[in-house]
Amino acid sequence: MSMGFLPVALWTDVLLWLLVAAIAGYGWRCSRKPHLAEPWQRVFRSRSAAVTCVVLACYVLVALMDSVHFRPRLERQAPGAETAYAGRVMSLLDLALPHLYEHSEKTYSAPFATRLFAKELVELPGGKTAREYPRLRYGGAQLADEGDRAGDIARRALLALLAAAALWGATGLALRPLARRHPQVHWGAAWTTLAAVLAVMAPLLALSGAYHVLGTDKVGQDVFYQALKSVRTSVIIGTLTTLVLLPLGLGLGIMAGYFKGWVDDAIQYLYTTIHSIPSVLLIAAAVLMMQVYIDGHPQLFPTTAQRADLRLLFLCVILGFTSWTGLARLLRGEALKLSELEFIQAAHAFGVAHRRILLRHIVPNVAHIVIVAMVMDFSGLVLAEAVLSYVGVGVDPSTTSFGTMINGARLEMAREPMVWWSLASAFGFMFVLVLAANLFADAVRDGFDPRVRVT
Amino acid sequence: MLAYILRRVLYAIPILVGVNLITFGLFFVLNTPDDMARMQLGTKRVTPEAIQKWKTERGYDKPMMWNDKASGFAKLSDTIFFQKSVRLFVLDFGAAEDRRNIGAEIRARMWPSLAIAVPVFLVGLLVNVSFALLMAFFRATYVDFTGVVLCVAMMSISTLFYIIGGQFVASKLWHLVPISGYDHGLHALKFLVLPVIIGALSGIGSGSRWYRTFFLEEISKDYVRTARAKGLTETVVMFRHVLRNALIPILTGCVAVIPLLFLGSLLTESFFGIPGLGSYTIDAIQAQDFAVLRSMVFIGSVLYIVGLLLTDISYTLADPRIRLQ
Repeated sequence: MSMGFLPVALWTDVLLWLLVAAIAGYGWRCSRKPHLAEPWQRVFRSRSAAVTCVVLACYVLVALMDSVHFRPRLERQAPGAETAYAGRVMSLLDLALPHLYEHSEKTYSAPFATRLFAKELVELPGGKTAREYPRLRYGGAQLADEGDRAGDIARRALLALLAAAALWGATGLALRPLARRHPQVHWGAAWTTLAAVLAVMAPLLALSGAYHVLGTDKVGQDVFYQALKSVRTSVIIGTLTTLVLLPLGLGLGIMAGYFKGWVDDAIQYLYTTIHSIPSVLLIAAAVLMMQVYIDGHPQLFPTTAQRADLRLLFLCVILGFTSWTGLARLLRGEALKLSELEFIQAAHAFGVAHRRILLRHIVPNVAHIVIVAMVMDFSGLVLAEAVLSYVGVGVDPSTTSFGTMINGARLEMAREPMVWWSLASAFGFMFVLVLAANLFADAVRDGFDPRVRVT
Repeated sequence: MLAYILRRVLYAIPILVGVNLITFGLFFVLNTPDDMARMQLGTKRVTPEAIQKWKTERGYDKPMMWNDKASGFAKLSDTIFFQKSVRLFVLDFGAAEDRRNIGAEIRARMWPSLAIAVPVFLVGLLVNVSFALLMAFFRATYVDFTGVVLCVAMMSISTLFYIIGGQFVASKLWHLVPISGYDHGLHALKFLVLPVIIGALSGIGSGSRWYRTFFLEEISKDYVRTARAKGLTETVVMFRHVLRNALIPILTGCVAVIPLLFLGSLLTESFFGIPGLGSYTIDAIQAQDFAVLRSMVFIGSVLYIVGLLLTDISYTLADPRIRLQ
């Protein structure tokens, strides 16, 4: 008896989960060291941090669910034959919401519509044909009479809200010990936000089985599904870029500030040179070159999913390479200041090795700058993805992202009546994510900035 | 002063050489001209002769860095590196994929780009400084709080939304201006209004919030307290003392971006169909015209370095305490 699925580890999945593990490890360390936990306690004392943290957690949850991939086993196989798996790579998110990608219409349909957006030749019962809006294959297909739509939606939404209320209460009970342990956190704001998020998302999710809650796009795909899938792409770009940016910015920045002399000159030259190239052009050039490379070596990328995934990873690497200069400059200045302080001088006098001084004394003292910079970069990267995809140097066209959604929908602005739902969904989901990230970054900066520390 | 400027100009040379090497590495070493030819000609069923012809037409059939067959200086000069990368230094950009001269194209497209970028810059600066001053004047009140929240919200909106939304409301709903296009002379005005407003609007969030911190920093200084202690009204303190001093970092910060205005805006120009350098770059990216892209990277770096130089000079002009050595 073999498994019902074949696990698939995409590169971005692995790295994202490693990052989650690293953050969990850092969190565990923080919980044991009061001096590390203190700035975070200050962060979460603010109302905006509590609110945005809940919102961001929802996005991250979607992204993580969408980052466990596998290929399901094909049904109906010849007995004795080797187990065959579907070519389509699925994720846990697809498994949880199977109807979203299965319910595909012919072309555009408006949110909650029961009929297609375009007229078609339909055969009438009398053998005649007429041009009219045909019923959708899935959206509202359960309705015998389309007039019942409002009542049906209300019933389903009400049930979903009841379930959401139960879930809300259960989460509250489950997290109660945590709330007791950290009374200084603004729990009230967090609960209210969670209630609001559940009140919006639960009816949407419940209704998405029977209707296309955000409509369908040109090829009839559910826009709500695309929006949820885009969340992963955004989170990947916002976080994995850090994996390239951080070692370069931190390593080179503190080395320049600490060693001074020719090391400083060389590193300064390097980052001035890279920074002097307009970043969009550098990214465009690098992405185009990567495209040439991928096209020239098709044997390296066996499936579309793997090729798209590696392209996404490359995009993160390129974004990291072009954006480490700011952090390096910041840390160089800080390391320059630190290396003159008495405790570093004392370490020198005791004959401590350079590597040890850098790791034990310099890095912990610039960690707050690094954390704030990482959190602040996130929103900019999410916004950049959309622009780059529009320019044509973003993610693979087969990867769903806010950029590809906007790109696919913007030409439909000219249609009469207008197809607005794809654009509105992409912008809406992106706006909430970026706004939450910006506000959270502000809260983190306020919590970590020693200048505003009272006492 | 002159010696300082001269030294800074000399310092720019190694940076430009570095940029040149990076672009050369990106465009020629990572992928050979053969790869590029295959990309341009289509990957399927392309004959070696076709590739050779493509390379000869564009001068990519030369050796990379060193030509053994040539004699004398030509050993160095008759190479891809010299012909395609070194000649950028004398602003000789060569020809694009469609055989047009890149240099002439850039000179022609510069003006539409400036026609958008300069008004956006000036209007944006004026609006941002006024808004930031307003928030600083009413600091720690609801006006300030609302202003900051508004700024963060505006920062969180994608530029694409400003453009698409603006086009929808102003052109499609209200029929005030044409959706896109460009004309020469004064006729261009009706095409420019919307892009300029949208360009300025999309920058308000981050700009005002940033300038607000300059004003707040200035307000907490001792001389401001002294001014208040003398009995000056808050308005006089704000406009006479705070505004003037906070403008120093704001204006010197702006100087750095002035040269980059030449490059135009990629998104605005492509959405509004303005034949500037931004849309030229986007077209080059989409047509995978590497010759144009290489030239734009080089020009961008030159302009950035000019911006750095102007910043340093403007510091000394604005603030006599800073001396250049």
